[in-house]
Amino acid sequence: MTASHKPVPKPTPETQPFWDGTAEGRLRIQRCDACSRHFFYPRPACPHCGSDDVTWVTAGGRATLYSYVISHRPAPGFEQDGPYAIAVVELEEGVRMMTNIVGVEITPENLPLDMELRVVFEQRGDVHVPLFTPASAVDDAPTGAAA
Amino acid sequence: MNIVIAGAAETDELGKLPHMSTAQLHLQAARNALADAGMTKDDIDGVATVGVPGPIQIAHALGIAPAWLDGTGVGGSSFLFHVRHAAAAIRAGLCTTVLITHGESGRSRVGAPRPALGPDSLIGQFEMPYGVLGPPTMFTLTALRYMKETGLTHEQLAEVAVAQRRWAHRNPRAMFQDLITVEDVLASRMVAYPFHLLECCLVTDGGGALIVTTEERARRSPVHLLGSGESAESPIISQMEDFTTSAAFRRSGEAAFAEAGISHDDVDHLMIYDAFAHVPIYGLEDLGFVKRGEAGPFIAEGHTSPGGRLPLNTNGGGLSYTHTGMYGMFAIQESVRQLRGEAAAQVPGVEVGVVLGNGGMFASAATLVLSNRRP
Repeated sequence: MTASHKPVPKPTPETQPFWDGTAEGRLRIQRCDACSRHFFYPRPACPHCGSDDVTWVTAGGRATLYSYVISHRPAPGFEQDGPYAIAVVELEEGVRMMTNIVGVEITPENLPLDMELRVVFEQRGDVHVPLFTPASAVDDAPTGAAA
Repeated sequence: MNIVIAGAAETDELGKLPHMSTAQLHLQAARNALADAGMTKDDIDGVATVGVPGPIQIAHALGIAPAWLDGTGVGGSSFLFHVRHAAAAIRAGLCTTVLITHGESGRSRVGAPRPALGPDSLIGQFEMPYGVLGPPTMFTLTALRYMKETGLTHEQLAEVAVAQRRWAHRNPRAMFQDLITVEDVLASRMVAYPFHLLECCLVTDGGGALIVTTEERARRSPVHLLGSGESAESPIISQMEDFTTSAAFRRSGEAAFAEAGISHDDVDHLMIYDAFAHVPIYGLEDLGFVKRGEAGPFIAEGHTSPGGRLPLNTNGGGLSYTHTGMYGMFAIQESVRQLRGEAAAQVPGVEVGVVLGNGGMFASAATLVLSNRRP
């Protein structure tokens, strides 16, 4: 992808493992070993049961489209994108995160809720941000690995 | 001890006020509220406000020696929190009479530095990289999920703006007063699909202030605080637990109704913070006035419009009246006016009013139950 002036997140100590993961092409989230539930954004203890027995795990990268808007007024760095989808996706591990949907023309018709998505990563400065693309595009690609 | 709102006023003008700084808006509203209460600054021993310039400067500029300060800043709902906190402080004997002020140069940005959220903040790391540009691209994010799960249509969403304009049409102080149709709303510029311009709030300059004290100290017929509640949910919209209902709305509403000891049938008038057209829909359901999925049809059928059985956002709301950025103060002001019988679009026979304030984007919420009857 071409260089852009899109916002670059700045990791903090508690989020560093997440951003280290994206740099390696891995989507890492936290899992509570006490109650076996996942959570996101990074926190020192499980928001469900309160345990601090938490582990970083690599998510499978599969998600569904939970909700979105199509912004018609570009934020700095997004001027060349045309209308773009600011989305919230739900990972198969049960956590949600904000992202952009890429690899598809951004129209309401192309973006039905609950459609299946796969994570991809985009480099921004020293950081890689997780974006999501329709699973059909990834799974149909000739070079795509079998699921 | 009966806690009352003994004074309430807005700035002389609302809208585009480049000749007034943020501090001037606070102070004009404060002086107007004192005059309305028949009080002077020497009657005030508590000050609460949010944002710039903050309670220290407000107290100092007015010449008040405060015994109690509250700078609770949880977004546009903060003033409802201030009323609740002031009531608790007065009951605890910490102070007797509290001035709550709001002033915001939201449109002209005079003396109002825009707060910068760093790239290392929670939103800076997990939302700003995706091109969010203020509330129109974040607060709105829940709506498509709500529409899918409940069947709300684009036309019903537009009806919220149409209904509120009917009230604004009767209010000479409203920024937009011309009646509009669903077609007008759907033909207005797309801001962030599915939201058109007319489904988004105004951006204005203005202010308002309240005096909260005991019934005994009030010098004019007061508005009683029957109950209140407050809560919070996620600091960033993407982590809201369920995009079809606000936990903070529900919890604050339940607490306020329980303290007041009222049922929904007792409510004559309702204010729900409306930064965007979907928010009153969530509010009607989360406060329990209608069941899940019923709010869109309820509004479209006219029940919240003039002559309807549940008059809602009767000043025209943030969509048509004014929205400085932290609208909660104006929702309280309209509730007080209705209970005093002084509103521009007065509803006959209002005895109990409910105000639901939102802060951030479904991040915080507070509810007030107000009445012109003693508890």
